[in-house]
Amino acid sequence: MYSKDGTDYFILDAHIALWDARPENLRNVHGKQFIDCFYDYHRNLSPESEHWDYDQYLYYSDRLMKDLFEDGYVDHAIFQPAILGEFYKNGFGQTEEALALAQAHPDKLTYNHAFDPRFGERGLEQLHRDAERMDLKGVKLYTAEWQGESRGYKLTDPWTYRYLEACRELGIKNIHVHKGPTIRPLDRDAFDVADVDAAASDFTDLNFVVEHCGLPRLEDFCWIATQEPNVYAGLAVAMPFIHSRPRYFAQIMGELMYWIGDSRIFFSSDYAIWTPKWLVEKFVDFQIPEDMTEYAPLTTDSKKRILGLNAAALYDIPVPEHLQVAPEPVDVREPAVKADNARTADSELLTGMA
Amino acid sequence: MTALEQRTRLEQEAWDALGVVMDPELDEAITSLGFVRSLEELGGQDDDGRGALRVHLRLPTSFCSPNFAYLMCSDAKDALEAVVRHHGGGTVLVELDDHHDSDLINRGLAADAGYRGTFGHEAESDLDELRLTFRRKAHTAAAERALTALLRARPELGEDDVHAVRLGDLLPGEVTAALLRRRSALGLSTADDAPVAVDDHGAPVPPSVVGMWLRKARSTRISIDGNAHFCRGLLATRYPGAELDQAPRDEGTAPVPVQLLTRRPA
Repeated sequence: MYSKDGTDYFILDAHIALWDARPENLRNVHGKQFIDCFYDYHRNLSPESEHWDYDQYLYYSDRLMKDLFEDGYVDHAIFQPAILGEFYKNGFGQTEEALALAQAHPDKLTYNHAFDPRFGERGLEQLHRDAERMDLKGVKLYTAEWQGESRGYKLTDPWTYRYLEACRELGIKNIHVHKGPTIRPLDRDAFDVADVDAAASDFTDLNFVVEHCGLPRLEDFCWIATQEPNVYAGLAVAMPFIHSRPRYFAQIMGELMYWIGDSRIFFSSDYAIWTPKWLVEKFVDFQIPEDMTEYAPLTTDSKKRILGLNAAALYDIPVPEHLQVAPEPVDVREPAVKADNARTADSELLTGMA
Repeated sequence: MTALEQRTRLEQEAWDALGVVMDPELDEAITSLGFVRSLEELGGQDDDGRGALRVHLRLPTSFCSPNFAYLMCSDAKDALEAVVRHHGGGTVLVELDDHHDSDLINRGLAADAGYRGTFGHEAESDLDELRLTFRRKAHTAAAERALTALLRARPELGEDDVHAVRLGDLLPGEVTAALLRRRSALGLSTADDAPVAVDDHGAPVPPSVVGMWLRKARSTRISIDGNAHFCRGLLATRYPGAELDQAPRDEGTAPVPVQLLTRRPA
């Protein structure tokens, strides 16, 4: 919990990791390049006082609980692992260690696991076993992960659909999808989040959380999320702009609030790329600059929802009554684009534009 | 980077030629982004005794998308070969440093293998479609900037009125000039009486949806600007001092103006 000016906030960090990028775990040069890239993100977008040294950054299990729950105000955090088995001998995300932590602190930690549809039938069986052993409520999908000669897959691939059907049966209702800054693969899926659109339409009983809110394809994400009520925005990687580029952060928040509103945005530190302490502090103090009159100010209730209540609701994580907000009044603003309302014809005109 | 005053004439021409090679996703030249690590004229290196140009490019992360990396490298090579041809021929070496596909890309560039020849089975299509997609985005963002500037200057105009705005109504200056360049690149009209709010194919946006079109264009512009912030920052983190090679980003980084675009959907 975080308290400021007499207001208490329930904090749910919806995207954390426990990784091991030490030299002995590297499978090849890509593993080194990957962690170096993460370290550059860390150094580029963190306040200087929050910089870790490189060796600490490679592996940090000794400080995770303290960084999140003692110093970081976090009430609950969710592991969203990237496995990256092609780059790391024992995987990048440390499955067993993170799972053990989550099982030791079920009130504080939730472990989401990953699947890779390219493992076919064998992977499907593994998913069933994992769901039971790990009590999975969610999965994190890294659609750009390398696998043999493949440098990525789509949510709409037939095998992915079989896995999503399995998720539905197994009660894994939260599908987190990494759609971040453009990295690999090559031309396929290099810049669109369209596969989320199709999957969200076909699996309306699952929730799709787009990590990094589609940046740098924010407009594609907003367009999809406006039409699909089961699509959510994770703020991982967008969050630290609050320090280095606050006006840009304001524009991202302004756009997300405009297009999807405050009930589908999740606070995420992306720990250990960033620690939650300073992000929470700055977000509570943050306001849309007055001169950006095209955006409404961010209310305290909106901040409460974004910082914790939204993700808690999705994961059925109990929140003390005094940290809740009053029920949201019915939104009288007409949704920006809704397939089933009177603007259908207009929105069709816009499809494909811009 | 070779300091300006020390460049040979060929190097200066080469630098100018690289100034039109764009990062398609950021809609900005590789020279102003700091992506050109070095540029040098090598005397007598060619087998035929002719001069050679060697350029090293660098990117913000080793995982920058290989298709964009290849696009910029091959565009750079094309631009430099035109310069060298003008000087009677010679060799152009373009090398991409520190990328996870550096070896693959550099071999492909040296052999003029093309995108599909370089990446084989991984490249499902050629790069033309990708290039077109980003040209369209760049046009959309440029239209938003120009209209936003106009709305700022003329508070009586609202978001829903921009369907009536013609190119000739826009404020003179770099923002409008940039829009005209991007329209030319797409083959769209640049006549004074052409409407500004048009779709990717030049068709006017109907008045009933123009406000929404502008909002969508704004999110496109914010995406591009944000990605540029990201890439510029990461480049300087990865290569200390690289920020000195970066020109200020002259579009889109300006503060969002005070009084613009306050109308929302009813």
